[in-house]
Amino acid sequence: MTIKEIQEEIVDEFAMFDDWMERYEYIIDLGKNLPLIDEAYKTEDNIIKGCQSKVWVHADKIDDKIVFTADSDAILTKGIIAILIRVFSNQKTEDILNADMSFIDEIGLKEHLSPTRANGLVSMIKKIKMYALALQTK
Amino acid sequence: MLDIKSIRADFPILTQHVNGKPLVYFDNGATAQKPQVVIDAIAKYYEEINANIHRGVHHLSQVATDVYEESRLKIQKHLNARHSYEVLFTSGTTFGINLVANGFGQILKPGDEIIVSHLEHHSNIVPWQFAAERSGATLKVIPMNEKGELMMDEYVKLLSPNTKIVAVNHISNALGTINPIEFIIEKAHEVGAAVLIDGAQATPHLKPDVQALDCDFYVFSGHKICGPTGTGILYGKEKWLNQLPPYQGGGEMIKEVTFEKTTYACLPHKFEAGTPNIAGGIVLGVAVDYLNAIGFDNIEAYEQELLDYATKRLQEFDGIEFYGTSEHKASVISFNFTGIHPYDVGAIIDKLGVAVRTGHHCAQPIMNYFNIPGTIRASFAFYNTKEEIDIFIEALKKAKTMLS
Repeated sequence: MTIKEIQEEIVDEFAMFDDWMERYEYIIDLGKNLPLIDEAYKTEDNIIKGCQSKVWVHADKIDDKIVFTADSDAILTKGIIAILIRVFSNQKTEDILNADMSFIDEIGLKEHLSPTRANGLVSMIKKIKMYALALQTK
Repeated sequence: MLDIKSIRADFPILTQHVNGKPLVYFDNGATAQKPQVVIDAIAKYYEEINANIHRGVHHLSQVATDVYEESRLKIQKHLNARHSYEVLFTSGTTFGINLVANGFGQILKPGDEIIVSHLEHHSNIVPWQFAAERSGATLKVIPMNEKGELMMDEYVKLLSPNTKIVAVNHISNALGTINPIEFIIEKAHEVGAAVLIDGAQATPHLKPDVQALDCDFYVFSGHKICGPTGTGILYGKEKWLNQLPPYQGGGEMIKEVTFEKTTYACLPHKFEAGTPNIAGGIVLGVAVDYLNAIGFDNIEAYEQELLDYATKRLQEFDGIEFYGTSEHKASVISFNFTGIHPYDVGAIIDKLGVAVRTGHHCAQPIMNYFNIPGTIRASFAFYNTKEEIDIFIEALKKAKTMLS
């Protein structure tokens, strides 16, 4: 599936929820089900430092695709990063770099784009794109 | 007894709904809400008074100067400072500490010692690290115990004739501990050291008497005491303010300027370069009047009631850990639920209209001490109610269920 298709799928899933609580419960579940990152990758280099929670992101290049794994010490953050991984993992660098992120707004997570959620989506997306770029030439 | 209903009516923001729920604002430690008199005074200044101060001969400039200086007198009286020129307008606590630390950075020498405490906000740590780096002085830290109290026996051991300045907070922002500053000041003075008290978290709850305390500097922020953002006060004893070099150069702070040499203006102007936040300074006086009309004895007593009630209600939870359990505490509660990240709780109760602070509260050494990423901090003001605490508890129950 392309990034766009996955995003549409996620938007459809979130459309089933009536209120924020159901959305948050779903995100919490996603967080709980996120496959664990290899402890060896929980390094200072892989950390996205922010004010509130810690996020680790690791990237590998398999054939011509980038595969991401991640973890966080906060469960909501972990759920959000699970969504991002679903969107970006197993995709090609140029598709990752060119991805439009407006689906975030559509699934009602706009507030996580605010700069005060210092560990929110903005810095995670930036880090994911940075990895994609760095691994492009490898 | 406070008439909370009529007090709440003074604060227009409190009627707001957040995420469809009535706002419960328990982030008063970060900033306090503003009463209508404060909001109106800002508009009134720009509608009727606005002019630059201390320099114009025209009518408006004189009016603005008079009102600004009246505000300084109000704050002098509020703090019981000996002289009005010992009361400097600043942009906030951070600026005040930087002004003093920068000055000490220039007069300290290698071998001199600066003492801060483990309970400090970053803004009462980093400026002193600058001062130490710049001067070659050494930074020492008063340790704390597991209740979040400073260890006075250890403090006394740190003091020596090399100690030149002790900088501690009156009340800890992260834990709410009220520090024994009378003792700290007295002991520092015995070795000839100056003392700066960071009153940012204390001034919303109590009225400091700087002469009775005998502190050398007392700093606080206007926005935490119902005043405008970007305002603050640095009280300094005359002898110290004369001794410290100016912080910023510019207009107003000079006596005479030639290209060879500039001489500085007398106090307080030496430290008030440039056009100040005139509206802010004036309105800060209005906020101080407002709080004094309610009365700090009333505020303290009522907030203590809120603290006791909230503590009791929170103790109903299983798996709750409190941080900062001193008997001497302001109306601040820092806590976590076992195995749950504070950020998750904060994000969920926000959806239920409850505003608290989560995170390290700009006090990472305290979080490191407890080996936690942060806490959930509820901080209460005199306009909060027990009913709001009940809403907060229900919101926490929901968050805990969702996250467990």
